[in-house]
Amino acid sequence: MSWKIWSLKKSVWVFHVNTGACNNCDIEIVNLLTPRYDVERFGIKLVGSPRHADALLVTGVVTAQAAPRLRELYRQTSKPCVVFAMGACACQTGIFNGAYHVVGPVDKIIREVDPNAIIAYVPGCPPKPEAMISGVVKALSIL
Amino acid sequence: MKESVNKPILAVGPFHPLQEEMEYFQLTVDGEIVTDIDVRISYNHRGIERLSETLQYDQIPFLVSRICGICSASHPLAYINAVEEIAGITPPDRALYVRTIINELERIHSHLLWVGLGGHFIGYDTVFMWAWKYREPVLDLLEAITGNRNNYGNVKVGGCREDIPNELIPKILKELDLVEKKTDMLTKAILDDPVLHVRLKGVGTLSKEDAISYAVTGPTARGSGIAIDVRHDDPYAAYADLDWKVITQTEGDVFAKAVVRLLEIFESIKMVRQALKKLPDGPIAVEVKEIPPGEGFGRAEAPRGETFHYIRSDGGNRPVRHKVRAPSYVNVPSFKASCIGQHIADVTLTLAAVDPCYSCTERLAVVDGRKNVVHDYDALLRLSREKTARIKKEIGVPEIKLEDF
Repeated sequence: MSWKIWSLKKSVWVFHVNTGACNNCDIEIVNLLTPRYDVERFGIKLVGSPRHADALLVTGVVTAQAAPRLRELYRQTSKPCVVFAMGACACQTGIFNGAYHVVGPVDKIIREVDPNAIIAYVPGCPPKPEAMISGVVKALSIL
Repeated sequence: MKESVNKPILAVGPFHPLQEEMEYFQLTVDGEIVTDIDVRISYNHRGIERLSETLQYDQIPFLVSRICGICSASHPLAYINAVEEIAGITPPDRALYVRTIINELERIHSHLLWVGLGGHFIGYDTVFMWAWKYREPVLDLLEAITGNRNNYGNVKVGGCREDIPNELIPKILKELDLVEKKTDMLTKAILDDPVLHVRLKGVGTLSKEDAISYAVTGPTARGSGIAIDVRHDDPYAAYADLDWKVITQTEGDVFAKAVVRLLEIFESIKMVRQALKKLPDGPIAVEVKEIPPGEGFGRAEAPRGETFHYIRSDGGNRPVRHKVRAPSYVNVPSFKASCIGQHIADVTLTLAAVDPCYSCTERLAVVDGRKNVVHDYDALLRLSREKTARIKKEIGVPEIKLEDF
């Protein structure tokens, strides 16, 4: 394990990107910070800038307008960076599959920028907060 | 050099901190004062209306519940009202009551969510943590009834998919008592708090005349003294049978909107109790053969305002036209009236007051004028929080201790 990966696994700071989600995954992500789940216990913290982030939590289908912004956000994060596709839409565009303004899913857009990106998938509509925590823990433990 | 070039323009978005869709606000600022605001939307456009025309009537509720995850009971209900109007279907009474209960539970959790975020944006994270903590039991109830914390998918043409089992009713009542007690404590704490009074009163005022001319709906309108509520004016589901009142405030500022939302939580709890008491026995769905040609509309009061769905059918198993008018779409332009003349530090809060969905982690891009004025979202949040701290100091508020509550 390289020291970069080792340092990434401690106290993950995440930046949350909505690329056309219906808000459900987003409120569940915010829910993680509130007293019942309280992921700050584990050092997981939402930050306000992608440049401070170790991981991107991407929700939503990636609309045509959001795609260039998602690419730019990924470029701005410091590498290595883990991308979490949160929810069915981010994993494979879900119920919006085939809509004319949807260019996703998330992994397709991220791989256009960086073919070797580390992408983890947490399915569900929306994934329960427990599932999100479990996804993050599993992804970090196999790095 | 033109004067307008010198004025810094502050861009809010498109990954917008406070709105549910990605939206882009361009604020023209003169020093600390906002002089103009421009709105651009469609970042979150997913083509739902077009997609809906490719789906069958029974599949569409799942799609429209994903228009907005927080209004995920109101949108399907408005759609169902439209389809049932075309087909002339009267669902069984129990289905109407189940729909009402789920919609009101949704309103409770949505309003608590807003109260928490409102506190978060002025740097009062205690309110945020409390409100979101007391919201959890409501989500648990929704999960117990429908199987999902959000996106309930519980309505279908002609009735409901999942019933509320009678064994669950005592548990719901017990949890509601708890939620009511905690919300009561939170409401009193908020309404008595001198900091919140100074910080929220007179901020982002939307006068009654402006509210009418911008045609705003929901708590935004009720906070400006206009008593419109679809549940009262054009009752659907079982609202006509319930005893409740429309909450209004006359001031039109952020504080008034907060009061409206907090008091509506109690009305909703009251309604759920009554509906559970009156819950009739019987089936929860009728069989639907086909949807005849015709057109119909349905309305529902979402937590943010009136949701309107229009359906045109040609007798097939898919609608030929589906039009959705969501409450935020009419509430957002009212920023033109409520934001101009405000301090930058108050803008985040004013934007939040109209439509309280948290969509994306905050980010403000920078569009500078010639002066390289850089305000990102963190800076705005900091300004907002510093103002709260300054006011606290000025009026000499003692630190609130947790054990007081």
